[in-house]
Amino acid sequence: MAELLTKEIVKKVAHLARLKLSDTELDLFTTQLGQVLGYVELLNELDTSAVEPMAHVADIANVFRDDEVRPSLPRVAALSNAPKTDGKYFVVPQILEEG
Amino acid sequence: MSVLSTSSIELIARLNRGDVTSVELTEVSLDAITAQDANIRAFLSTNADAAIAQAKAIDERRKAGQPVGKLAGLPIAIKDNMCTLGLKTTCASRILENFVPPYDAGVVEKLKAADAVIVGKTNLDEFAMGSSTENSAFQVTRNPWNLEHTVGGSSGGSAAAVAARMVPLSLGSDTGGSIRQPAGFCGVVGMKPTYGRVSRYGLIAYASSLDQIGPFATDVASAALLLEVISGHDDRDSTSVDRPVPEYSQTVESAPGRLTGLRVGIAREHFVEGLDREVEAAIKQSLDVYRSLGAEIVELSLPHSKYAIATYYLIAASEASSNLARFDGVHYGHRAAKFDNLIDMYSASRGEGFGAEVKRRIMLGTYALSAGYYDAYYLKALKVRRLIRRDFDAAFERCDVLASPIAPTPAFRLGELVNDPLAMYLSDIYTISANLAGIPGLSLCCGLSSNGLPIGLQLLAAPFEEEKLLRAARMFERATDWHTKRPI
Repeated sequence: MAELLTKEIVKKVAHLARLKLSDTELDLFTTQLGQVLGYVELLNELDTSAVEPMAHVADIANVFRDDEVRPSLPRVAALSNAPKTDGKYFVVPQILEEG
Repeated sequence: MSVLSTSSIELIARLNRGDVTSVELTEVSLDAITAQDANIRAFLSTNADAAIAQAKAIDERRKAGQPVGKLAGLPIAIKDNMCTLGLKTTCASRILENFVPPYDAGVVEKLKAADAVIVGKTNLDEFAMGSSTENSAFQVTRNPWNLEHTVGGSSGGSAAAVAARMVPLSLGSDTGGSIRQPAGFCGVVGMKPTYGRVSRYGLIAYASSLDQIGPFATDVASAALLLEVISGHDDRDSTSVDRPVPEYSQTVESAPGRLTGLRVGIAREHFVEGLDREVEAAIKQSLDVYRSLGAEIVELSLPHSKYAIATYYLIAASEASSNLARFDGVHYGHRAAKFDNLIDMYSASRGEGFGAEVKRRIMLGTYALSAGYYDAYYLKALKVRRLIRRDFDAAFERCDVLASPIAPTPAFRLGELVNDPLAMYLSDIYTISANLAGIPGLSLCCGLSSNGLPIGLQLLAAPFEEEKLLRAARMFERATDWHTKRPI
């Protein structure tokens, strides 16, 4: 199923995963992930065309609760671990370019 | 010999008789950590002042004849991926190095309600990803039986803390064997409950459909007691199952004679090439113990065993890539000092904050879930997962518990596998299927290798058959003295 894993593909995946990787890491992961992907080819021995996927083992689905207000974390506690806040909000770098 | 050499059940009896106080036990525990942990390095942080204060309050309540919880006064350690209010919770990762949770995990609430005394947080493979505790960003934990060998992982700190008798009890989490394998490598009892038995609320997620919290203890009955305390429904975890919690600590001791007809299954796929000879011999001797106790040994097959590791690493990595997307340098955790724009802030923060194994699994999962590969990898793995579960359903028609090794070898040497991820993954062969199938499993000591390292026996049972599992383990323990062996 798999094409050969190239450094270019690894670079693209790193971008999708929002991981800044060094050149050394890119080389290492290209080799190591290639080995793991080679290994998981093993699953292709099995014909699973008639098998339902199993996302979950617990025999429960659609756990609902009443839509009512419940206590939640106070703002101070919710902000307490943030790298940057203004006391009220999480602060992030500017997102939209100036128009 | 330290007072902590005895079982938790016995310690509670002594506390209730007034032979010892919680303050004394807590001091012994903290002193043992000071004395031994410079070498073993099981703890990432301790909670000394609060623990002593809590112990004192429990002693006073007990003395005044007021009601106390089931674990009242017992020191306990918690793997550092479970949130503890006001107490740093790092997942052994740089990205959470300074994270102080604003709330308690469900299991931590239950421990506090049971009056357990939390003495510290233990080391793990970063985000519970690993099989040796070498992937911690902060320190390597060493095996109390031989400091040159690994403790296993990922709950290596919790296993070592009990093995070295720094605490009588601890909590770990098990996603692919992370409680059972280190318990086996350290010669203690470790148990992964049925998926859904214990709330995952406040357990920092690695692979949500596989993660489950469970106990470490010196012996089976003490593990049963801790399981009893942490089990139960929690509506903050939608996969937590709403069914009554048996009194495991009582039923584990009840009517041993009734297990005479116990059927112990062994899978022929578990005794193949790659299995260490001493491990194989110890497991076969364990089966003889069961035979001598009147159990029937049933040989059967788990035909999809050889696909478990590939299935697991695809599913676990996929779930991890999704779960760990929350670490973005905005709400909590590390934010890079230098970046060009928002996307670059995410990437730089994550690139700096995560270690190599975490990055590998996020990359593998992102790849397996990405457009064009989803069907071939992730969906395929979910289908094989069902086949693996069916194997177990069929097996438990024919036996009550399945016995196997916990790992192909006793504890390997530090550094032996850490640079070969695939070889490290392959060492999880005996434990991983239980997580895919969601069934309970337990590890206990069943021998020592010629170089003095513990050998673990794994027992597995059908979903929610924890009582049977614990009783079968207790039956073995009663007939042997392996649980009394200590690291020198």
